Amino acid sequence: MMIDAIDKRILQATAGGLPLTPHPFAEVGSWLGLSEAAVIDRMAAMQAAGVIRRIAVAPNHYALGMVANGMSVWDVEDAQAEPLGERVGALPFVSHCYLRPRSLPEWPYNLFAMIHGASRDEVEEKRAEVARILGPACRSHDILYSTRILKKTGMRFAEGG
Amino acid sequence: MKRKALPSDALDGIDRVLINRLQDGLPIVPAPFAALAGETGLTEDALVDRISRLREIGAITRFGPFLDAAAMGGAFCLCAMSVPEGRFDEVMTLVNAHAEVAHNYERQHHLNMWFVLACERSEQIARVAAQITEETGLMVHLFPKLKEFFIGFRVNA
Repeated sequence: MMIDAIDKRILQATAGGLPLTPHPFAEVGSWLGLSEAAVIDRMAAMQAAGVIRRIAVAPNHYALGMVANGMSVWDVEDAQAEPLGERVGALPFVSHCYLRPRSLPEWPYNLFAMIHGASRDEVEEKRAEVARILGPACRSHDILYSTRILKKTGMRFAEGG
Repeated sequence: MKRKALPSDALDGIDRVLINRLQDGLPIVPAPFAALAGETGLTEDALVDRISRLREIGAITRFGPFLDAAAMGGAFCLCAMSVPEGRFDEVMTLVNAHAEVAHNYERQHHLNMWFVLACERSEQIARVAAQITEETGLMVHLFPKLKEFFIGFRVNA
């Protein structure tokens, strides 16, 4: 979907969040000189096109006790990687799940799944659960724990426009 | 973002219901909170006040649209490098100096530096990766996403 300049203004205005009032779309409209109906129509169209995934809260998983996480990586037989990836992504403790190319010989893994838990032990238990789901289609696997954040910027909206 | 767990009494039962339910998404309609207010017995004003408070105490980081950055035309790529221990800080400085590096993590592995490149167009990804290789003398492994799976992730408050 190509978003136009007005769509882009709506996304920029709500990048930090929606206003917390009972009628948030009317409020966004008042900021931008648009009617409530225009804001709703445009945001609904962007949601239908997948530009907006959903309107929701982002929980702070650390504050809510999920303080441990690891990037689990799996070498899954190509023919079965998609259906198995679907099952792994659907698990409630997996926050990102992607199929990516291998980089041989150093990197044999093609399925990446970020696993969250209350502790490192819990993350390892969940990793074992993923291993059971993948079964013999998985030839080897590993998990990478982060030790330091070296840089963190918000994804700059302008990059996507 | 606060990276520590809140005390267990920071949230009451209604807060927990709101956090759990609001992860699934609200309809894009004039009064998006009305249905949830009815279910929880709160007025819409009281409900939005609770969301503000959840944000203030750090239980949630934001409330609003979640965007698919790639659907808006951007190009993103996960990258990794194997950086010799003695050169780690030097290489980190060179990598982070690129505005296209959106975030960067040190991880415990032979490939110990993992970052995301965010560019306007896909051809820029390879160019920036090549620049980083030229500056550091180290190979940049590119892991573009081939397929993204639907995510069932929910934090159970």
